[in-house]
Amino acid sequence: MGAQAKQKISIKAVLLSLAVLLANIVVNGLIFRFFRDSTLNPLVTAVLAVLWGVLGVYLIYYTLTWAVERYPVHVRTRVLPYVFIGPAVILLGWLLILPALRTLYLSFFNASSEEFVGLSNYAAIFSDHLMATALRNNLLWVFLGTLACVTFGLLIAILADRSSYEKIAKSIIFMPMAISFVAAGVIWKFIYYYQPGDEQIGLLNAIVTYFGGEPQAWTSMLQPWNNLFLIVILIWMQTGFAMVIFSAAIKGVPEDIMEAARVDGAGEIKIFFGIMIPYISTTILTVTTTIIVFTLKIFDVVMVMTGGQYDTEVVATQFYRQFFMYRNFGYGSTLAIVLLIAVLPVILINLRQFRKQGGF
Amino acid sequence: MVGKKKRKGGKTVVNIVLGFICFIWLLPTLGLFISSFRPAADILHTGWWKIFPHQEWKSGKTIQLSKDVDLRQPIEVNGKTYSDDQLKAGVAADDGRLLWENRRARTVNVQDKGWQVKTDVTLDNYKNVLSGKEYKIKEADGTVITQKGSGLSQAFWNTLTIAVPATVIPVLIACFAAYAFAWLRFPGRKTLFVIIIAMLVIPIQVALIPVLKDFTSLGLNGSYLGIWLAHTAFGLPLVTYFMYNFISQLPKDLFESAFIDGASHFTIFSKLILPLSVPALASISIFQFLWVWNDYLVSLIFIGNQPSVQVMSMKIADLVGSRGNDWHLLTSAAFISMLTPLAIFFLLQKYFVRGLMGGSVKG
Repeated sequence: MGAQAKQKISIKAVLLSLAVLLANIVVNGLIFRFFRDSTLNPLVTAVLAVLWGVLGVYLIYYTLTWAVERYPVHVRTRVLPYVFIGPAVILLGWLLILPALRTLYLSFFNASSEEFVGLSNYAAIFSDHLMATALRNNLLWVFLGTLACVTFGLLIAILADRSSYEKIAKSIIFMPMAISFVAAGVIWKFIYYYQPGDEQIGLLNAIVTYFGGEPQAWTSMLQPWNNLFLIVILIWMQTGFAMVIFSAAIKGVPEDIMEAARVDGAGEIKIFFGIMIPYISTTILTVTTTIIVFTLKIFDVVMVMTGGQYDTEVVATQFYRQFFMYRNFGYGSTLAIVLLIAVLPVILINLRQFRKQGGF
Repeated sequence: MVGKKKRKGGKTVVNIVLGFICFIWLLPTLGLFISSFRPAADILHTGWWKIFPHQEWKSGKTIQLSKDVDLRQPIEVNGKTYSDDQLKAGVAADDGRLLWENRRARTVNVQDKGWQVKTDVTLDNYKNVLSGKEYKIKEADGTVITQKGSGLSQAFWNTLTIAVPATVIPVLIACFAAYAFAWLRFPGRKTLFVIIIAMLVIPIQVALIPVLKDFTSLGLNGSYLGIWLAHTAFGLPLVTYFMYNFISQLPKDLFESAFIDGASHFTIFSKLILPLSVPALASISIFQFLWVWNDYLVSLIFIGNQPSVQVMSMKIADLVGSRGNDWHLLTSAAFISMLTPLAIFFLLQKYFVRGLMGGSVKG
């Protein structure tokens, strides 16, 4: 039967599938133009977009697979997978992979991308005062932020595990993860708020003045400590993430081992460092890398809190500044590539992990 | 017995310490929440904690001094003398605190300390921040100022317009891809999937400049379509990976029997895989939705300064920059933007946590 089918790729099927492909391109091109130029009420646009997003995208797959099924089996099984992954691959290629390569290319050119400058953009990053500050601050963020998130996360997970209201406590600590960094920025700006005069409406300054101290403009004047006050926001938001993962890991530590250690007279601290930490070390590693990756790209908080002023610039905000304000595509691209290089080890770890898990 | 007793005591300590930590964690949000309901003038003049009972000076009876008291000399009140500066700042006396009530009219107020609550609440902040109309604020000293609202409701609908399609489209596309990666065999499968894993943690900054250039030449800048496409592409690696992990774990016999019955891959996918994947779909959709809802960078780059398309995070960031002292607007605006995530958090906590855990690697 296979041999028989192999001969039959009918002209009709070819024409039909080409027609289907063409119709899809035309119809979606028209929809594309419609959405691009649409001046309808946003809500109507949203409803139409959801319809297109569900039905339209579904129809693309439906019609294309229908066309593929006109072909004999051996062609069909070869082509069908590409229909399924096609849209994803096209979008990723166009909007992520190619742009990354183009950014790498641009990083070797000057501000207007016209003149090849070799590695001098990379050299500038370490010598230009603004960008060196950004690098220093980013390291501070990554180091202190991650350390604090992991430590507090572990501590709170253990406390919650032994408390009588674990669920509520975990919800409270985890809640900040739901909100945006911009909203969190407003929340904390209000806490750090400083106004001249006696009455302080910012919580921190109110506490400081209550104990007889002088009110401070925490996020601007206290350089370089102002960075720490920004990092606190990250800790407030990300500790919940570490806690939830640790909490699950702790519950996996066998109770009888700990009980045996207790019988042998080991204190809680000894049990913690001797049994618990080694037992959950892989989890600690995963959480740490995840938070490091996240913190490397920190942007919103700094943007909202200080706009990168008062020496609080980080790499991502500096990228935005070079790109949008100074129109320096050379520096902008280079900073983006620096971020990429920083996460490269994590990419390799992920890939190795994937292979270890059996890959395919 | 002793050990048990000790551990019980330990539990109380744990409960107290954890309670304290939870209190600290909750405090920032609580302050924002309470402040957003206080009248504009109150927010600027008293801390939000003043809505709880606290001790405060209350004005009491007024003492009229003779009109020709020399303020440069020590001033006699009730048989004791005070300086002008002391009376300006308030000075402790036998029956409370003395303070100028009206220095020119030479009246001194005797204040007592007493319990007070400032419980004025209002919804005006929310009305004003949502609408774009002008409104009036009464200051503490009686003056009235007119300000313009910030039109956040428009931004709210924009955010929704962007977030829903930017969730639905990538999830659907990623599901098809994940199915193919999990259950179909084709050349290039491994390479492509490795690329997807590599892109899980890629910082989106590496793509922004070239994509913006493309969008500019296609006229997609500042349009809904452009930002849907951007969010779709940036979300795809994670959603595909997440769905792959789920779909590849489904039992193999399921497909085989369906396949023997003559079902096509498309039928298997839509009739079998999608319904079975609902829990995973819910988790990753919630993650993607919140990611887009809370996003600031992508909107900032691809929407720029198109006010008609602006999303809430941009609007709030703008407010912080331009009206950083208008706390009545900032607090209510921030709370409005938090409403959706918090609602999802409390109603769909299970899916929410699972989605965030799976999505934690996202770049």
